[in-house]
Amino acid sequence: MSKTIQPPKDPRHEPITTSSEWTFAHIQEFDRVIGNIAREYRLDTYPNQIEIISSEQMMDAYSSVGMPVGYHHWSFGKQFLQTQGNYERGFMGLAYEIVINSNPCIAYLMEENTMAMQALVIAHACYGHNSFFKNNYLFKTWTDATAIIDYLVFAKDYVAKCENRYGVETVEKILDSCHALQNYGVDRYKRPSPISAAEERARQEERESYMQQQVNLLWRTIPITKEESEQQKTRRFPQEPQENILYFIEKNAPLLEPWQRELIRIVRKIAQYFYPQRQTQVMNEGWASFWHYTLMNTLYDRGYVNEGFMFEFLSSHAAVVYQPPYDSKYYSGINPYTLGFNIFSDLRRMCEKPTGEDYEWFPDIAGKDWLDTLHFAMENFKDESFIQQYLSPKVMRDMKLFCVYDDEESPEYEIKAIHDDPGYRQVRSALADQYNLSTREPNIQVVNVDLRGDRSLTLKHTRHNNIPLNKECNEVLKHVHRLWGFDVHLHSYDGDELMSSYQIPEHLNAEDDSSLENLRYV
Amino acid sequence: MMNTYVIDRRLNGKNKSAVNRKRFLERYKKHIKRAVNEAVNSRSITDMEHGESISIPADDIREPIFGHGQGGRRNIVNPGNKEFVSGDRIAKPPGGQGSGSGSGQASNSGEGLDDFTFNITQDEFLEFLFEDLELPNLVRKELKSMDDFVYRHAGFTNTGVPAKINVVRSLKNAHARRIALSGKSRRRLKEVSKLIEAEEAKDKTLRNKNLLLDLIAEKEKLETKIGRLPFIDDFDLRYNLSAKDPVPSNAAVMFCLMDVSGSMTQATKDIAKRFFLLLYMFLRRNYEKIEVVFIRHHTSAKEVDEEEFFYSRETGGTIVSSALRMMQDIVKERYPANAWNIYAAQASDGDNWNDDSPICQRILEKEILPKVQYFSYIEITPRDHQALWHAYENVRSSFPNHFAMEQIVDQSDIFPVFRQLFQRKVT
Repeated sequence: MSKTIQPPKDPRHEPITTSSEWTFAHIQEFDRVIGNIAREYRLDTYPNQIEIISSEQMMDAYSSVGMPVGYHHWSFGKQFLQTQGNYERGFMGLAYEIVINSNPCIAYLMEENTMAMQALVIAHACYGHNSFFKNNYLFKTWTDATAIIDYLVFAKDYVAKCENRYGVETVEKILDSCHALQNYGVDRYKRPSPISAAEERARQEERESYMQQQVNLLWRTIPITKEESEQQKTRRFPQEPQENILYFIEKNAPLLEPWQRELIRIVRKIAQYFYPQRQTQVMNEGWASFWHYTLMNTLYDRGYVNEGFMFEFLSSHAAVVYQPPYDSKYYSGINPYTLGFNIFSDLRRMCEKPTGEDYEWFPDIAGKDWLDTLHFAMENFKDESFIQQYLSPKVMRDMKLFCVYDDEESPEYEIKAIHDDPGYRQVRSALADQYNLSTREPNIQVVNVDLRGDRSLTLKHTRHNNIPLNKECNEVLKHVHRLWGFDVHLHSYDGDELMSSYQIPEHLNAEDDSSLENLRYV
Repeated sequence: MMNTYVIDRRLNGKNKSAVNRKRFLERYKKHIKRAVNEAVNSRSITDMEHGESISIPADDIREPIFGHGQGGRRNIVNPGNKEFVSGDRIAKPPGGQGSGSGSGQASNSGEGLDDFTFNITQDEFLEFLFEDLELPNLVRKELKSMDDFVYRHAGFTNTGVPAKINVVRSLKNAHARRIALSGKSRRRLKEVSKLIEAEEAKDKTLRNKNLLLDLIAEKEKLETKIGRLPFIDDFDLRYNLSAKDPVPSNAAVMFCLMDVSGSMTQATKDIAKRFFLLLYMFLRRNYEKIEVVFIRHHTSAKEVDEEEFFYSRETGGTIVSSALRMMQDIVKERYPANAWNIYAAQASDGDNWNDDSPICQRILEKEILPKVQYFSYIEITPRDHQALWHAYENVRSSFPNHFAMEQIVDQSDIFPVFRQLFQRKVT
């Protein structure tokens, strides 16, 4: 691709259509034109598969997180009823599109959309999100777009098979427990091995027997020699704390059947697939919004669309990137579309029309090639580092960002910093921290298993800023207990200080010790 | 360079979530049943033709996950600053949950307080209702299907099942096809036959032997060609087509008789209501037009509307015959037995003024039972039977086909009574 954008040979085209009704021919034509412009902007995408669906089908897609296939579970039914109810009562409109990180990249378009909306969605999903999926480092290293659909099919079949053999309710219970822990079923630092449905099926049986063997080895009760037992006493298990709780349970829980371990694995793999999306919401939506805005404006500049079309587009665009202020009744946190769109737009502005402030804050960016800068920013960051790196004073001023400090022990909130010179850096790092998954989710790890004793599992919660766990914690621990099969402890620490402890099942007093004593010889 | 495919999926099934939805309903059966029961109590028995909106407390269907609770220290970034400068201090609103209490939290807990509300369809509504009444599946199905159909001949079609083949039509088609397809060959055959005849008619010495042999060979070829035409082929087949026509049915009237004396509690009335409801639905299935007459009685009887029938409170003694007399009068006046199918259901706790029971027996045997299709009596009581029950037992022995009686202690006992009624109609 050439570095500079070639001026189009024929600067003004006739509008592709002036009607607001879409047709398949027009969709294809828009896709072709938008695709060509996208390539001028060096957007590198997977092939697109655009699927036109009805609003009912959109509701179906909603309730399965957009996945075209999925195993059956009541929670998806709940999601569906909720969506349906809200939609029918007019509380919410449906999203105009859903896009799936797969190869080819599947985008759903609703039949109710007008032509302008369809074009917007094509620009947003098929070129914005699609290029993000293909080029962001998190997606590149952590997900496998070619295999996901096959894997979902495998998962669906496997769950159905288990339901036939062991009963829907039994399977549901295991899945409930896995879902409760799915945020703790991801490897945060290690790249997971790629998934492939064919191999999954082939290896699954082999794995079953092998896994059981491993577990047996860990839990063997054959008498051990004295030296060994000395070793055992000093040996901790696991030797290092484990952050992937589901993985740990899958590999080490003493009582699980092989099929139950496989179910854990399925939930884990799917959670892993969604993990990058949870870490790049601002970037992903911002990137897609930036590109639909840029692509549609280019369409207009070259005469492919008329003014009416642009008016409709701009009013939708404005609604998407609207950020209600903190004191509005519509306020529910920072709108990731707005934040991301503003940062990417400002990056382009800094390249094209740098100010003195920009040269001071972003010497590497100001006045440089904007396409190089944007692609680099999209490819190499996640929300947290992206904000830390690129949130400019201008965006902070435009959005009037301010940072509030809330200490449980103080009767007042304190305004720590606002969008002014002394405050920029503080606001920026506070906001970046807000998008750090490890501060957004409590840090809970497996620290110990009482191998020779009561087989209990101990988890450790390391508090961030002394923020305690929520009230559902006990319920989640019950799920951990269901999977682990023996007592589960959770200790919550602020620094080195033990703040609170949970235990499931809750022992009332010491009289249970006798039963523990017996367990030792099981 | 095209690397985009546009696919129209609108024709694909749209009920992909049906299984998950069903799982959800199954899981929260208890909640839904409670809601259905409440709905039955607040609805008219003639109003069972729509679904219901169900609410479940959001806490009950929560899927727990680890998350941050309230408290600790945190920095929150918000947009839209108007008057704040660094170092400002703002008193926290009482209750803790204020504007600055965390971006994610505010929205989550805001929604959390609401009930989870969704709709179930009429079918599901009835299903949950019937489940409490312990109706067998067959009966449930029969009750839910509103109309009866009769199959009427409606011409022919070229697709169908073997059992519906119309032989005459199919053979006619086959014949026509054979004529049409073999026309050319047969015409030629005729010509060839004529030529052979002409040739053979000639004197032996004049015959052209080669020509004759050729002609004979051609004749044989044509005959096998005609013979090869299949006698009957797939596309000859015609099937009888039948259309469903709704059965025209007559009118029925349903009398609901209930004791509303002081001894009948609201719970007893609710059970009675379910019984009347079932009877109503059963009748609706069989008759095009149904009228319902509500008669309540203590010492005297009164015709009332449904609301008053089930919910107004009365006290006093009980004379059952007053209600029977009133029914008898109403039948005489408004529902001549030759034009109406008459059904009656009576609910009581079994109390009656002792001298009145023989009178009831007499009215039933002499006046009412000869005119009605069916009379059912339910006694809703856990106690021993009294005179009324014994009098009715006599009635049952003399009219076993038109009279049913049963004691009911709770909801699940309703069905056995109903079954008798049903069996009689099915056979």
